[in-house]
Amino acid sequence: MGASDFANLPHIGESVRRKEDYRFLTGGGQYTDDVNLAHQRYAVFVRSPHAHAVIKSVDVTKAEAMPGVAKVFTGKDVEGKMGGLPCGWLIHSIDGSPMKEPPHPVLAQGKVRYVGDHVAVVVADTIEQAKNAAEAVEVDYDVLPAAVDVRDAPKGTALHDAAPDNCCYRWALGDKAQTDAAFAKAAHVTKLDLINNRLIPNAIEPRAAIGSYNRATDEYTLYVANQNPHVERLLMTAFVLSLPEHKVRVIAPDVGGGFGSKIYLYAEDVAVTWAAKQLNCSIKWTAERNESFVSDAHGRDHVSHAEMAMDKDGKFLALRVHTDANLGAYLSTFGSSVPTYLYGTLLAGQYATPQIYVEVDAWFTNTAPVDAYRGAGRPEASYLIERLVTRCGWELGLSQDEIRRRNFITSFPYQTPVALQYDTGDFPACLDQANKLADVAGFDARRKASEAKGLKRGIGYSSYIEACGLAPSNIAGALGARAGLFECGEVRVHPTGSVTVFTGSHSHGQGHETSFAQLVAARLGISVDAVEVVHGDTGRIPFGMGTYGSRSLSVGGSAIMKALDKIEAKAKKIAAHLMEASDADIEFTNGEFKVKGTDKKIPFGQVALTAYVPHNYPLDKLEPGLDETAFYDPTNFTYPGGTHICEVEIDPATGRTRVDRFAAVDDFGTIVNPMIVEGQVHGGLTQGIGQALLENCVYDRETGQLLTGSFMDYAMPHADDLPDFKLGHVCTPCTHNPIGSKGCGEAGAIGSPPAVINAVLDALRPLGVKDFDMPASPARVWDAIQSAKP
Amino acid sequence: MQVQLKVNGKASTLDLAPNTLLVQALREHLQLTGTHVGCDTAQCGACTVLLNGRAVKSCNMLAAQANGAEITTIEGLAAADGTLHPMQAAFKECHGLQCGFCTPGMVLSAIDLCKQHPKATEAEIRELLEGNLCRCTGYHNIVRAVQQGAAAMAA
Ligand code: FES
Ligand code: FES
Repeated sequence: MGASDFANLPHIGESVRRKEDYRFLTGGGQYTDDVNLAHQRYAVFVRSPHAHAVIKSVDVTKAEAMPGVAKVFTGKDVEGKMGGLPCGWLIHSIDGSPMKEPPHPVLAQGKVRYVGDHVAVVVADTIEQAKNAAEAVEVDYDVLPAAVDVRDAPKGTALHDAAPDNCCYRWALGDKAQTDAAFAKAAHVTKLDLINNRLIPNAIEPRAAIGSYNRATDEYTLYVANQNPHVERLLMTAFVLSLPEHKVRVIAPDVGGGFGSKIYLYAEDVAVTWAAKQLNCSIKWTAERNESFVSDAHGRDHVSHAEMAMDKDGKFLALRVHTDANLGAYLSTFGSSVPTYLYGTLLAGQYATPQIYVEVDAWFTNTAPVDAYRGAGRPEASYLIERLVTRCGWELGLSQDEIRRRNFITSFPYQTPVALQYDTGDFPACLDQANKLADVAGFDARRKASEAKGLKRGIGYSSYIEACGLAPSNIAGALGARAGLFECGEVRVHPTGSVTVFTGSHSHGQGHETSFAQLVAARLGISVDAVEVVHGDTGRIPFGMGTYGSRSLSVGGSAIMKALDKIEAKAKKIAAHLMEASDADIEFTNGEFKVKGTDKKIPFGQVALTAYVPHNYPLDKLEPGLDETAFYDPTNFTYPGGTHICEVEIDPATGRTRVDRFAAVDDFGTIVNPMIVEGQVHGGLTQGIGQALLENCVYDRETGQLLTGSFMDYAMPHADDLPDFKLGHVCTPCTHNPIGSKGCGEAGAIGSPPAVINAVLDALRPLGVKDFDMPASPARVWDAIQSAKP
Repeated sequence: MQVQLKVNGKASTLDLAPNTLLVQALREHLQLTGTHVGCDTAQCGACTVLLNGRAVKSCNMLAAQANGAEITTIEGLAAADGTLHPMQAAFKECHGLQCGFCTPGMVLSAIDLCKQHPKATEAEIRELLEGNLCRCTGYHNIVRAVQQGAAAMAA
């Protein structure tokens, strides 16, 4: 079935209300911390209070003698008994050398490298007992100088023996010679230095893990708040604990948001699983929010210099970028891929720039590991391009609309100079619709009205593109991925025609139980309620790569579609037998099998029943039953894109910025459930606007202490920080998956930050402010205004 | 110490350590896990319950302080036959939830909000939701749900 046929099926494009909501609304969800197992003890981690220190000794005698304490495990206890946490991508430097890959121990070995690093884990009968004992663990540290800002890393004290200069890799993409040549003949060059500020993901459900061991069967079970249970199991069994996978079941039940921070294999997950066997019990760990702040993988943290070469008409000739990326103290699961293949490859944006050359130096610093956070590399790329493009226009006296329009890619497929091939898109259509939705025509009047009140008003554009549905496996492998990027779906048709779908995708708020059910219901001509979707359990699902990078529908949904193709093909043969026709004469529409050119037909349910009660059945040719499993490996990424327009009003007296209007027009290809898609956009926009206006992860540059370590210091967006969003859609279906979908989960977080900051700069330019880094908090805006004054 | 709570209409006497938080009493002693914990600084509102009809953060008070009180948690909102409370129904209808983790606290805050401010405007609702964080929805649909729920509760 092709994408265009699919889009016309019933239920597709319908805002079906979510099947999962009843349990969430009545307190019936089951998040990891809601699970309690027999013989359960509690784990509390002893974490480093220093950003960088040698561990001279750890004394657990006092702690182990305390009431209820079963055991305190330190680095020495695990040394040689398990491997380190692995990194999923091997990046090579420009000179061909592999990245430096220092060990990432589950419990620190001889040294701690960031505040929050794991020194020991206390297991006790109650949380209170474990907490008290953790206080009594005596650690003698020799404190070393710390570097937390990526600009301090090159001259900082070495974190790892394997990387004496703290550099993990120096990567590059594009043709340097051609790019330099284009710059040499440019009529105008625009330059921009910018910082993409570090963020903390802050899913409202803190991470949690319960490890359990059954001595009778030698089997482990891990309940964990995680976005990809099979990958978690694979990494943990194969690379850390050397266990056969069939002995470990990983269950990620309801998960309270992830945004990337729950993709990774974390030390806590391994520690509770391993310790469960040592103590022959179940061990539960739930992060407190302050632990989440110091130990969840953080996001972003790039310092970049960018230059655009143009001809006299403002046509882009070449783009040159240098980025220093902060990886944190250790390589997290996808840490190395974010500033490279998820960032450098997106630098073409929506523009036909003939030459692009990007260099990325990645550094170790004494901070929590940095990894993918909503968008992962693409927000960093979009922020850079969209800020730069707006500035190019301003320098040439062109509007934000005009500079974009002059340079848009308009014919597809389009091969960028940085490795990707965009299959479809209609960038001018998104821009046109966004202009209307944002009422750009009325902007001048609104600006005048603001000025009459002594306020500054600005408008900002951003025309982003992203690469979603990560794949294909062979290309990802050639780029350094150490895992495949396919997805798996199993469809079981029950004898009476209801269906259970087992998906390797994972839902932590995305509503798969509904949109995947719509997909199956549409294909089989049954009701949405007749379809049940199961996810998040390696014990029930054949395999899976999980949910991140907006891959659920385009990759996970396509795997289900492939399984449905197989079911349809088999069901047609059964129907042909029942109606005494030839297989080739059977067509399947609206849940009915028909013999072409006749009025003979039978419903899907009758075929299903026949498959399980095969009395009148081609048993010589077909097996009974109607279950199929399929794996789908995409042939290309998908390319959602769009234009976001933001309008801000700033009070120059206080520096307070208010987002007054926000219009987002996105092209996600085929949309299965518009309500769910819009919800995803709202959430993404809020995180992006949060980054632009409020959120900022700050470490003390001298001591390496995390200064924004609670919701009191880290400014999360609240309901009254946001405007009413106006959303629009353009649809150019993806050409290479059977659904035509492109992915929508990250778009809001990718498109919005540059739109907001461009708007802030537009408002402040008349005051002489030329440049500004996120977040536009009142103090920083006020400072910018003051320092711009002569 | 002994603490008497009437939770969702059912009276119980709990034998608790004096430093037990209300949220712990609900989650760990009464197994009412719909009330969630999202922070340790009383900022997120995931733990919100109704105490004698008013929304409170159950992570921010001792169970002993609630002695003798009537408490409603998310488990106690729907009718006995499972029919959703109008505010729950509005959240579903308006897609006011995604991962569902903030949702119980949001719904209970919203109920109290509408009782105190039945005529709240959109801007006022946004302000009155100040004590509850949601990381998924961007609040847009929550605000719509509160408006719709308020109308349904008034009807
Ligand atoms: S858990 Fe009570 S306010 Fe966050
Ligand atoms: S729905 Fe996930 S935090 Fe609100």
